[in-house]
Amino acid sequence: MSVFTAVLARDLRLALRQSADSLTVVAFFAIATVLFPFGVGPEASVLARIAGGVVWVTALLAALLSLDRIFTVDYEDGTLDQLVLTGAPLPVVVLAKVVAHWLTTGVPLIIISPVLAVTLHLPAAGYGPLMLALLLGTPTVSLVGAVGAALVLGTRRGGVLLSLLILPLYIPVLIFGTAAIEATVTGVSAGPMLTVLAGFMVLALTLSPWATAAALRQAVE
Amino acid sequence: MVRPMTGDTSAPLTFSGTNLACRRGGRLVFSQLNFTLPPGGALVLRGPNGSGKTTLLRLLAGLTPATAGQLAWNGAPIDDPEAHAARLRFISHLDAVKPALTVTENLSFWMEVWSGKAVESGIVRAMEAMDLKRLASFPARLLSAGQRHRLALARLIVAPAPLWLLDEPGNALDDSSLKALARIIADHRAQGGMVMVASHGAAFVSDGATLDLAAFTPSDVSHWSDAEEGEK
Repeated sequence: MSVFTAVLARDLRLALRQSADSLTVVAFFAIATVLFPFGVGPEASVLARIAGGVVWVTALLAALLSLDRIFTVDYEDGTLDQLVLTGAPLPVVVLAKVVAHWLTTGVPLIIISPVLAVTLHLPAAGYGPLMLALLLGTPTVSLVGAVGAALVLGTRRGGVLLSLLILPLYIPVLIFGTAAIEATVTGVSAGPMLTVLAGFMVLALTLSPWATAAALRQAVE
Repeated sequence: MVRPMTGDTSAPLTFSGTNLACRRGGRLVFSQLNFTLPPGGALVLRGPNGSGKTTLLRLLAGLTPATAGQLAWNGAPIDDPEAHAARLRFISHLDAVKPALTVTENLSFWMEVWSGKAVESGIVRAMEAMDLKRLASFPARLLSAGQRHRLALARLIVAPAPLWLLDEPGNALDDSSLKALARIIADHRAQGGMVMVASHGAAFVSDGATLDLAAFTPSDVSHWSDAEEGEK
């Protein structure tokens, strides 16, 4: 457990010292979302209809920007070798790094999402489900992304490869995340969609750390 | 998690490998390699570039799997890589130093990871051993290559472990740092610890046995070209 807290605290401290990395992700999310009203036109009904999808797609792309770096820096400076050799189970180390990633990139997205929803004319009733859907969906994004990030370690242009590998896996999260937000616009309950998102999160939480650990062992081999 | 190294003579530690072989990228790096490291022992790995010194150390750390052969700890085969990792420290040519953290923060992180909690006296002791005390609050990005390497070596001190695997630990070190390195290795061995060093000039290990890896490299040139063709 001390390994979990130590790694989590270190990654959070590093993210704080190098806050530009996290801010870039949030800025990308904000700017990409704000582009849509310009592209689609200012008609409120159209924007409200697509708001859920726009927020989710930009959130996924924003997450990809940072997932690229989740293990790369540790891999390049030799820290990853040492983290594999802590004597603690590697999935615990992985989970600490993923939690740190989510706290520094997922949570900021959740916090600013209502502001962006305003620019997309999402009805006020949709703000709650929007944030809940992101709260339940973004951990899955970090967890699944970590597997991909570990798999592409050491390859050239790993970031591009990572997108090809991971984006298709995000489709279920995208479908149910968007449906949860749209449900409120169309007057249906968002409950079942959010439950499915929570299910995805639990599934990712139980499988991803082990898969990521196996990929990391391959990478340091 | 980390076994305290008490240096008790009732259970002397030995680390050995029999018939080790390793294949990397289709090429056999070494084969039929045997060694035994007694308690307090040191083994200096020698050999020309590419003879597999780093590969062997990574294999001994459990990072790289052996193609053949068996590692043993106190005579018992090593089959749990995590338990094995807990009793060793590995210094590679990569320093694993975070530039954004201070010297103290870098050391306290590893102390927390290895021994459960970061204790200031332990960190100070490690910094004193490698003459880093006056750099304590410096961010590691301001350190020179040699100072960064000393910080990596100070990790050996923050939490005890019986087996040290050191890959070219003398790189980028000045004379006084080499003496400090010799001192911590001697102290470690005096407590029953074991050291394995890959080095070209290992003046910092006194009376250690030498393992020349060139002797285990397949000399058969056709063997190499076969392997390379196989890769294509």
